[in-house]
Amino acid sequence: MTDVTDNPTNEFVTVKIGPQLFGLPINRVHDVFMPEAITMVPTSTPEIAGVLNLRGRIVTAIDMRRKLGIAPLEDGGSSLAVGIEFRGESYGLMIDAVGEVLRLTEADIDQNPVNLDSRWSSISSGVYRLEGELMVILDVDRVLATQMPLVKAA
Amino acid sequence: MDDLLSEFLIETAESLDVVDVELVKFEQDPNNAKILDNIFRLVHTIKGTCGFLELPRLEALAHAGETLMGKFRDGEPVTQTAVTVILQSIDRIKDHLVVLEESGHEPEGDDQDLISQLEQLALQGGGEVGEPEAPDQAADAVTSDDEPSATTPAPEDGEEPDDLDRELRPGEVSLDELERAFQAADGPDIGKPEQFWITDAEKAAEAAASEGGDTAASAATPVNEAPKPDAANAKQPGAERAADGAARGGEGGARNQSIRVNVDTLEQLMTTVSELVLTRNQLLEIDRRHEDSEFNVPLQRLSNVTAELQESVMKTRMQPIGNAWQKLPRIVRDLGNELDKAIELEMVGAETELDRQVLELIKDPLTHMVRNSADHGLEDTADRPALGKPEVGTIRLSAFHEGGHIIIQIADDGRGINVEKVKSKVLEKGLATKEDIDKMTENQIQKFIFDPGFSTATQVTSVSGRGVGMDVVRTNIELIGGSIDLKSVQGEGTTFTIKIPLTLAIVSALIVESAGQRFAIPQLSVVELVRAQTNSDHRIETINNTPVLRLRNKLLPLIQLDETLGLEADDEAAVPEADDETEQAAEDGFIIVTQVGALQFGIVVDGVFHTEEIVVKPMSAMLKDIGMFSGNTILGDGSVIMIIDPNGIAQAVGTSLANTLEELENEIETAATGNDSVIPMLLFRAGSREPKAVPLSLVTRLEEIDVATIEHTNDRDTVQYRGAIMPLIYVNDQVTRRTEGQQPLLVFSDDDYAMGLVVDDIVDIVEETLTIEIQSETPGTLGSAIIKERATDVLDVGHYLPMAFEDWFERKDVSLSSSATKILFVDDSAFFRNMITPVLRAAGYDVTSFGSAKIALEKLKAASDFDVVITDVEMPEMDGFAFAEAINVNAKLKHLPVIALSSFNSPALVARGRKAGFFDYVAKFDREGLIAAVKDACAPVSAAA
Repeated sequence: MTDVTDNPTNEFVTVKIGPQLFGLPINRVHDVFMPEAITMVPTSTPEIAGVLNLRGRIVTAIDMRRKLGIAPLEDGGSSLAVGIEFRGESYGLMIDAVGEVLRLTEADIDQNPVNLDSRWSSISSGVYRLEGELMVILDVDRVLATQMPLVKAA
Repeated sequence: MDDLLSEFLIETAESLDVVDVELVKFEQDPNNAKILDNIFRLVHTIKGTCGFLELPRLEALAHAGETLMGKFRDGEPVTQTAVTVILQSIDRIKDHLVVLEESGHEPEGDDQDLISQLEQLALQGGGEVGEPEAPDQAADAVTSDDEPSATTPAPEDGEEPDDLDRELRPGEVSLDELERAFQAADGPDIGKPEQFWITDAEKAAEAAASEGGDTAASAATPVNEAPKPDAANAKQPGAERAADGAARGGEGGARNQSIRVNVDTLEQLMTTVSELVLTRNQLLEIDRRHEDSEFNVPLQRLSNVTAELQESVMKTRMQPIGNAWQKLPRIVRDLGNELDKAIELEMVGAETELDRQVLELIKDPLTHMVRNSADHGLEDTADRPALGKPEVGTIRLSAFHEGGHIIIQIADDGRGINVEKVKSKVLEKGLATKEDIDKMTENQIQKFIFDPGFSTATQVTSVSGRGVGMDVVRTNIELIGGSIDLKSVQGEGTTFTIKIPLTLAIVSALIVESAGQRFAIPQLSVVELVRAQTNSDHRIETINNTPVLRLRNKLLPLIQLDETLGLEADDEAAVPEADDETEQAAEDGFIIVTQVGALQFGIVVDGVFHTEEIVVKPMSAMLKDIGMFSGNTILGDGSVIMIIDPNGIAQAVGTSLANTLEELENEIETAATGNDSVIPMLLFRAGSREPKAVPLSLVTRLEEIDVATIEHTNDRDTVQYRGAIMPLIYVNDQVTRRTEGQQPLLVFSDDDYAMGLVVDDIVDIVEETLTIEIQSETPGTLGSAIIKERATDVLDVGHYLPMAFEDWFERKDVSLSSSATKILFVDDSAFFRNMITPVLRAAGYDVTSFGSAKIALEKLKAASDFDVVITDVEMPEMDGFAFAEAINVNAKLKHLPVIALSSFNSPALVARGRKAGFFDYVAKFDREGLIAAVKDACAPVSAAA
C-alpha cells in the first residue's frame, strides 16, 4: 500500500477512535459516510456492527471500538464510517471523528511498541510521533483480513 | 485473423462435442445414414476450416478421420475399433485446439500414429474390394496425406469403390469425391426436413428451436438438439455458414437469426437489470406510502416493463440442460469399454432450460454421478442375467420442471446401495456409533454416502472410488441452493434426485420478522405457512423444551428463528419496529414449513409480511462463514436484510434437530411396541364436543335404549335390563337427557351387577397407541390422551361403578372376607394400575398395586401374605422377567404364581415367560382372561390349603 521507491512521503487521513488518533492511508479511503439503518447480522462476531445500504451497495460495517477493545460510546454511537474497498467488497470502519489529511515522511515511522496490546499491534503498521500526540497507522488490509479467522473461532 | 481463429476455436469445440455424441450413437446404430451424414459433415467442416486457416496438422488428422468415415458412408461395416480410433483422433484434435488457443499456433510434431491407424482401418475396410498393390502404396503414402489439395481425377461414380480404388491410393478418397459426398450429405435447401441441423440455419430461431426439440424427441437421444439456435448460447450456427468459411462474415448475419454474445455482456446486462428491479421496488415502496400519487400509473407501467425486461434477460441466460449432458454419452461409452459393462444411457428432458450459471455448476456433479452409477451402481454385464435383469444396464437421466425448481434424476437399474456395507463402513470410519445406526432407517443409512470421506468401493478404479465424490457433489449442489436425495432399493437400483433452483440471481422471497428484525426466506424453500395460536388446531407444543407442531399426520420439529440466530428480545432497542408481537405467548407465531432434503421442519417467526422479488447479493467475505445466510439484499425501503438459507439453518441446528427427530421417532416406536401398545378404545361424546374414551375391553356391551323405558326410582334413573334393574349413571351433568327416542349406553357388568353409563353418542372404535399425556385431577377422568390426533379424556370407570352400586368393589370382599385372595399388582404405568386395579377389585380380589418391581419385591419379602402376583412385563429398572426370576429364586416366595401382563404376545415371549417362571401370560385388556388366570392361579393354592 505504501510506495516505497518513488515517494518517501505518505498521505494519511486521520481519524479518532476513542481517545486515540489513527491514520489511514489516503489511497485506501473511498469515502466517509454516516452509517444509517445498520442491519445487525446475527451470529456474526461482535466487531461486525452489521450491514447497511450505501447508495445501492451493501457495506459491511465494522465497529472499530469493539475491534480495538475500547468501550462503546455512551450515546450508542452516532459515529462516522470510513468507506474502504477490500477484495472487491465494501466495508465501513466505524470511527468517532475524522480529522485532517497529513503528509508524513515514511522514514519517520516508528515500529509498534512491543508492549502494545496484540489487538492493536495486529492491525497497526507503525506509529508516528506527531507534535502533541501519537498517531497509530491503521493497516486496512489487516483490519479486514484478521476478521476471518476470528469468525471461524467464534 | 485472430477473431477468425477464436471463432473457429469455439465453433470447432462445439462441433467436436456433437461429433462425440453422434459417434456413440452411430456405433449403436451403424445403419443410420442420417447420423453418419451428420458426423461426416461436421468433420468435413472442421477440416475445411482448418485448411482455410492454414492449420495443416489439424487438417491432416481431420482428413484421415473423414476418409475413414467416408468408407462407412460407402457401406463398410462399422467396428468398435474404428469408432474408438476416430474418438481418439477427436480427442487429439481437442488437445491441439487447447494448444492453439493458448499459443495461437498448432503444436509441433505430427499425428502419424493416429493417421496411419485411421488409414489402416480405412484400408482394411476397403481391402475387400481393393487391389493387391494397395498396402505398399499405403505404406509410403504418408506425406501426401498432408496435402489434401492434391487432387486426382474424380471418379465418375462415387458408388463404385472399385473405380475409386484404381484411381487413388487404397483407402484414400479424393478431395473432390469427399466434397461431392459432402454435398450429397448436405441435402441442400430442397433438403430433407428431418435434418434439422441444416434447416435451422434458415429458419427463425424459435421455429428451429421447436423443430430441434421435435427432432430431438424423436431421436434416440435428445442430445441431438445441441445445435439448436438459442439467443443465449448461439450455438452451432448452421452448417453452411461454417462451411462457407471465407464468405461467412458476409452471409452469416443475414441468414442466421442468432448471434453470439459474450457471456460477460450478458452478465453485465443481468446485473443492470437486477439494479433496475431494485430501484423499481424502491419506487413502488415509496408509491405505496402515497396513495393518490400521480406517479401511480406510469410507475405501474415501469414496473411491468421492468418485469418483462427481467424475464427476457433471464431468458437469454437460459440454456437447455442437454448442454450439460453433451459429454455424457461419450463418457458412458468409454466407461462401458473400460469396465467391460454394457451400458445404455437414456436421456429424457434435455430441452429443459435452466440458468447458465446453474448449468455450469451442475455439469461436474452430474458427470460424476453418472460415472458413479456406471461404476458402482450397475452390475457387471455377466452377472446381470443371473439376477433376472437384461444384460445391458440402463442409466436414465431425466430433467423436468417442478414449481420453481428443476428436478434432475439419475437412475440406474443396478444393484442398489448395500445398506450393510454402508453400515460397516460408517462404523469403520467412525462416522456414527452403532447405537445411532441401529436407530436409523435404511434411507438414513444410505445417505451416508454423501458424507465426506465415504466410499464403499472396495477397489479403487480409475473411474471412481477415491472417496471424494458424493460429498463434493452434495456440497456443490447445496452451494447453488439445491438439494440432493436418493432412493435405493437393493437389487433394483438407485435413483438420485437433484432439486435446484432455476436461477440464482433474482428470487422471490418471503419477508418475515423475528425478534424485531426482518429476514428474507426464499419462496422456493417454503413448503407452506402455518399460523400457530394457542387456541387453534395449530399450537406449538414442546417435548422436553423442544418445540414441535402437529401438522396433519406428522410431528414437525420446529426451530425458533430468534433462538437459532441468537436474537434476544431486548436487542430490539435498535430496531424501531419491535412491537407487542414478541410479547405474545411462546405458542404463537408463524411457522414457515421448509424442506431440506428429506427433512421437513418449521421455522418459527414472529411475523410474516409479504413476498418480494429480491436480488441476491453475496455476503461479504467477512460474513461468509455464517452458514445460516445465503446472502443479503436491499429491500424496497432501502434497508439491508439477510436471506435465510434453510439448508444452513438445518445444519446449524442439525444435530439437535436430527436427534429430536430420532427421539420422537423412537418414542413413537416404543409407544408402538412397548407398554402402551395399540389398544382398542371406544370413543364417545358426553356433555361436550370433545370426545371421551374408555378402553373397549372394559365395556361389556353397547346398548341403545328407548328413553320411554327409563324409570326414575329412588332418586336415580334405572332401566330394566335383562330381567334386572340396571342403574343409569350419567357421565356428567352436561349429558343431554333425551325426552324421546333412543339413548346410547355403555353397559359395564360383572356377575349380576350391571351399570349403564349414559352418553350423548358413540363416535367410533379406534385402535390407538394410548399415552396419557396429562394426568387428571378431575374425578372420573384418568387423564388426557391423544386419540385420533385429538386430545381426549380417558374415563376412569372405577369412579362410576360405585356410583351404581356402592358395594360394587366391596361386595365380594364381604363374601370372601379375610380369605379374599390377595393380589400384588405391578405396573409402571399409572394408567394401567388405575385401569386394572378396579377390574380385579370388581372381581373380588384384594389388590395392592406398585409402580416399581423393585419396591414390590421388597414388599413381598417383608410380607408374604400375597396369593398371586400380577406383573407387567415391560418396565424400566427391573422388568417382569427379572421380577419373576427374583421371586422364583426366593425360597419363601417360590410358591407364588406370577401372571405376566403384556400387550405383546408372541410365542417366543410366552416361552421366555414360562422359563422365567410365569404362571400365565395374559394380554393386557383381556379382562376375562386375566380373571380366569387369577382364578386358575388361586385354585392350586386353595386346593393345597
